[in-house]
This record gives sequence, C-alpha cells and structure tokens, in this order.
Amino acid sequence: MAFRGEENSMHEKVDVLIIGSGASGAAVAWSLADTRMRILCLEQGDWVKPTDYPSNGRDWEARLFSDFAVNPNRRARPTDYPINDANSPIKVVNFNGVGGSTIMYTAHFPRLHPSDFKVRTLDGVADDWPIDYATLEPFFAENDRMMGVSGLAGDPAYPPKQPPMPPLPLGKSGTRFGKAMNRLGWHWWPSDSTIATLDYDGRARCINLGHCTPGCAQGAKASTDITYWPHAIRAGVELRTLCRVREITTDEHGMASGVVYYDAKGEEQFQPAEVVIIACNGVGTPRLMLNSVSARFPNGIANSSGLVGKNLMFHPYALTYGYVDEPLDGNHGPPLCLWSQEFYETDPRRDFVRGYTFQFSRGVGAIFEAIVSSQAGRLPWGEDHHRVYRKLVNHRIGLSAICEDLPEQHNRVTLDPVLKDSSGIPAPKIDYTISANSRKMMQHGIARAKEILAAAGAANICVESPILNGGWHLLGTARMGTDPERSVVNEWGRCHDVKNLFIVDGSIWVTSGGVNPTSTIQALALYIADSIKQRLANLFD
Amino acid sequence: MPTIDLTAEQARDLRALASAIIPPSSAYGVPGADDELIFNDILGSLERDREDICRALTQLAALAGGAFADLGPERRTEVAATFRETGGAPLAALVRVVLLCYYRDDRVMRSLGQEPRAPFPKGHLVEQGDWSLLDPVRARPRMYRQVE
Repeated sequence: MAFRGEENSMHEKVDVLIIGSGASGAAVAWSLADTRMRILCLEQGDWVKPTDYPSNGRDWEARLFSDFAVNPNRRARPTDYPINDANSPIKVVNFNGVGGSTIMYTAHFPRLHPSDFKVRTLDGVADDWPIDYATLEPFFAENDRMMGVSGLAGDPAYPPKQPPMPPLPLGKSGTRFGKAMNRLGWHWWPSDSTIATLDYDGRARCINLGHCTPGCAQGAKASTDITYWPHAIRAGVELRTLCRVREITTDEHGMASGVVYYDAKGEEQFQPAEVVIIACNGVGTPRLMLNSVSARFPNGIANSSGLVGKNLMFHPYALTYGYVDEPLDGNHGPPLCLWSQEFYETDPRRDFVRGYTFQFSRGVGAIFEAIVSSQAGRLPWGEDHHRVYRKLVNHRIGLSAICEDLPEQHNRVTLDPVLKDSSGIPAPKIDYTISANSRKMMQHGIARAKEILAAAGAANICVESPILNGGWHLLGTARMGTDPERSVVNEWGRCHDVKNLFIVDGSIWVTSGGVNPTSTIQALALYIADSIKQRLANLFD
Repeated sequence: MPTIDLTAEQARDLRALASAIIPPSSAYGVPGADDELIFNDILGSLERDREDICRALTQLAALAGGAFADLGPERRTEVAATFRETGGAPLAALVRVVLLCYYRDDRVMRSLGQEPRAPFPKGHLVEQGDWSLLDPVRARPRMYRQVE
C-alpha cells in the first residue's frame, strides 16, 4: 500500500522524526539539534498563546470546567482525542498542544530516588530498571537548568542537587504546615518546582497568579513551549503543528519507514524518516503503537513481547484536607510549594512495600471551594449557605499522598473497538484497578495526613481517595529492560524489535516511584538523546 | 433574557431552584443566585452541561408534580431537599453552573473581601514565611536509601 506522500514525494525524508512535542519530545528535540541532523516534530495540537490562558480573564476558574478542563473527555477540544476510561477509578488527565501536558501540570518537580531504580533488589517486587540514578544525574541537572527549577539545596531526602533559583514562598499555609511537621518530627522541604522565582531565560518571574495548572499567563511556569522549544527551533528543528499521527509504517526489513498523519486540513500525509522517536506518553504511545499494525507486526509495532499497553501505572492520589480558623492563602500563589518524603522509602514495619510523597496544597479558589463543598454535602442550600461558605473559603489546608503504583499487566491501555477520534483513529481504552498494596499505602497516607492536619489546627477533615481526575502520571506501558521478552525498549530507549524506533516518554518506566514524574521523564529523554548521539555511527547495530 | 435550549418553564424552574440553593442575604449584603445579572450569566454558561441541566430540570418537574417555580415556599423547600438527595450527576452539573456564576459576580466577590479581577497581570502577594523553620530538617541525617 502506498500513501499519498510516498507516491508524490510530497515530504522529503528527515533524519529524525519525533511524535509529540511535550515534556520528552521537546527535550529530545533540543538535545539532538546539535547533531545538525534534519529533525522534524509532529504535534497533534497547536501553539497555545499566553493570552489564551484562563488567568487572563474574569472567568478563570470557570474555564477549568470547559476548554481548560484537565480531563480530555470533558475538555473535548478539536485537538484532543477521546479516552474510554469507564473501567478505571482514576481518569486520565492530559493536554494536547505544543508543550503537551506541561501546559496543564502543577510544575511540581521531584526526581525519582536512587532506590526507585532498584525495587526488585531492595524490596523483592516488580523489576529493577536497567539504569540507575547516577546514570541520570547529569541529565537531571541539565534538565533543571533548561526548565528553570526553583528549590532549595540540602534536602536530606535526596542526593545533593542545586536548583538554579530560590524556592517558592512558604506563605501562610506553608508556614502552618512547616510548624506542624516540626511538631511531629517529620521531614518536609520546599518543593523543586518549575515555576521561576527570578527572571530566567526569557521568562518573567512568578507574580502569584495562583492559577498555575491550566497554563501560566505570566510565563513563569515552565511548559516546554517556552523552555526547550524556542531553543530547539532556533537550532533548526522543525515543529509542525495540528498533525495527528495515525500510524508508524515499516519497510520490508522491519525498520520504521515513517508515519502516516492527518494534517491541519485533515488530509492524509506520509512523512518518511530514518529514525522515529515516540514521545506521546503512557497512553498516547501504546495507542499509536497498537494502531501501527502490519504483516510483520500484527499486534502492533515493536510488540513481540506483548507488553505494549500493559503495566499502566497512574500513582493513586489520596487527598486529605481540612479547615482552619484563620484565612490562609487560598488560590493566591502556586498551589504546591512543599513536599514530605517521610514515608517514601520501604519500611518493613508497615503492611505495604514502597512508599509515597506528600505534596502540600496551598489552597483553592472561591468557585472550586463552593463546587467541591457542595458536592461533598458540606455546603447547605438555603439561608445557611452564606454563613457556612464563609467558614470554608480560603480556610482550606490539605495534602495528597502520591502513592507508588507497582506494575501489573492487567492494568492496561488497549484500543477501543468503537470509540474513535475526529480523524477516525481508534481511541484508547483504559482498564485499571488499584492494587491491595496501593490501597494499604493510601490508607496509611490518609491516617498520617490526618495527624498532620490535626497538628496544623485543622478540623472538618475530608478525604478524596483516589482523586477521580487524578490520572496525571501515565507510566509503564512500553517498559524498558534488557530482555526482549520482558520489555519493549532496551536500556537506552531503542525498541528491541525495530532498531530505528525509540521511545522517550513515561511509557518506558519500569516502576513508578512515588513522585510527580516530569523531571525524570525529561532526564530520561535527554539521556536517550545522548545515547543516540554517542552511537550515531552504529545506531542500528 | 436568553433561554438557550431551555423551555420558558424550565428557565423559570431553574431560576427558582437557583434561589433555593443560594437565596439573597441582607446579613451579608449579597444577592441570591436568582438575581437578574447572575441568572443571565447562568443561562449563558450552560454550554457543555446543557443536556445534563435539561435532564435535571425534567427530574425536578417530575418531583414537583408540575412547575417547581409555582410551588409554595414550604413545598419548594421539601422538593429541593429531595432533589438534592436524588438528583445525581445531572443535578451536580446544574449546581456547578449556578455556583460558578454566583461566585464570580462582582458584588459577591467584594462581599468575600476579594477583588473582582482576573489574576493576570496584577498577581497576588504571598509572604515568604520564616525559613528558619527548616533548621530541624536541615539537621537530619540522610534519609534516602543508599544503593550500591
């Protein structure tokens, strides 16, 4: 079968074709740019202008429920694809546009710990990664510099690191939490965050718009459209937007030959390439691979292991919050500014293995408070509504346990037999359950969170566990390893089955750790790019 | 007044229900959610929730045995209480739209001590806090597991 582009050579062959312009796609594009190869990135979304972000307008909170909803099924932009997540207690959260989900993240930026790479060795569960923390350490540092990380050196929970900017302010809620944690004798530390606290690389410093998650109008939050991409484009990388890739094609030798995609007009195109790099993260990547079938790869490209789409890990979030007497910061200021890793490492005295990070929340906006409290039945209808509401708004203090999810093959991404996106491409279907180990971990986190909230003087404690729209972290669905029967890519991101096909996003994670993953995803992408550069002479051997 | 896809009777019921959810308060100096400005905002903001809201209003009319807006105050309160218990996802969508329009009204925001403005470009002040609180944490030994 010949595609349009193959017939008329509409598109010249590129050296490297990257699919997806988010956290990992941007990093790998920038890193490879210094090779002077011809590099093209295809992105299904478009550029998002800073003036489009909700914090520019009076309807800033309302837009969290419409065109800036975190759930793509609710948001339903033309650039989104639907996801059948009916069979999952945690719904997928993402964004499609230049910058990918870095447009729509909280900018909380912890790294995996050294122990996270040796889970089998240390705790006898899951598998070790084929690489370690030390391998990634220089790439963590490089990524911190490129993304512009604020934080504070000296955290005893981590090997030494030096964030390039000072930390976000504690504020009233951070101060209250700090005192509470000291009272309990538990670890806490200002978070590493990709929110600029100084003017940095063309970005203006944070002025506490407070509505960081759905994009930063000030440009203080590091999404890759304003960090990596300007540098990569200046270095010669081409970024083609509104191009939705349908499948990766292969030639008679089983090598990737390019991709078929739909352009901004919806017309089918073929783009040939010497090397293809997938950067669509833990749901988009297996979806694309499973849609890329051929006689040689009837179950999806590079899927001889049968593991493409399997071992989906989310990080179940257990949210616990309460209310204090004095007004706090509300939504003023970045929502996350502290973490605790007191319960991160495995403790044999507990009834679960592995652990979790606490992330402390500064507060929420007036509308969000009203909606959530109404749904929870805290906010009455009628005469008493006003009195009760005034005790809630700006009085909230809360924290979430980000629990490590261990890989389980029944947690998976497949293709939905019916649901398709607007281009007619089969949509992903999620089947996911929370494991017994994760449930015990969540209960432990809730119990400790209640102690912390009590020490912070909070009452009226509420729990949301798991957070329904909490599927921010999409990991594990094309795992990394040295054994082709038990992994999809090798220890430097190359598919075992297709030697010119690479994966650089969260899908290659072997285990999930208990931290927000973007920092490690990007460090991995830089490491893989570096591995490619080191092997250019014999890349396909 | 725009009615979107609601019938005139549904719009009347929605306005009556909005008032039952958030009545005006002289004590706090705020209008109710049935205030003309706020209600117009509600009607103009149904968008993704229109179908759910129509469904909720159909349920409400069934519970009321006719137009909810025509019920007397006591019966309205009873029906609203029952509806809150049984309305499910369609009611949740309706209440969400009422709340997000109510709590962005200038008068309501001012009554809460909030400036009625967009966050950008003025931003907000957040105090740095006392970083010496970290001293006991700084003094802790290494917490992460050493990996050979």
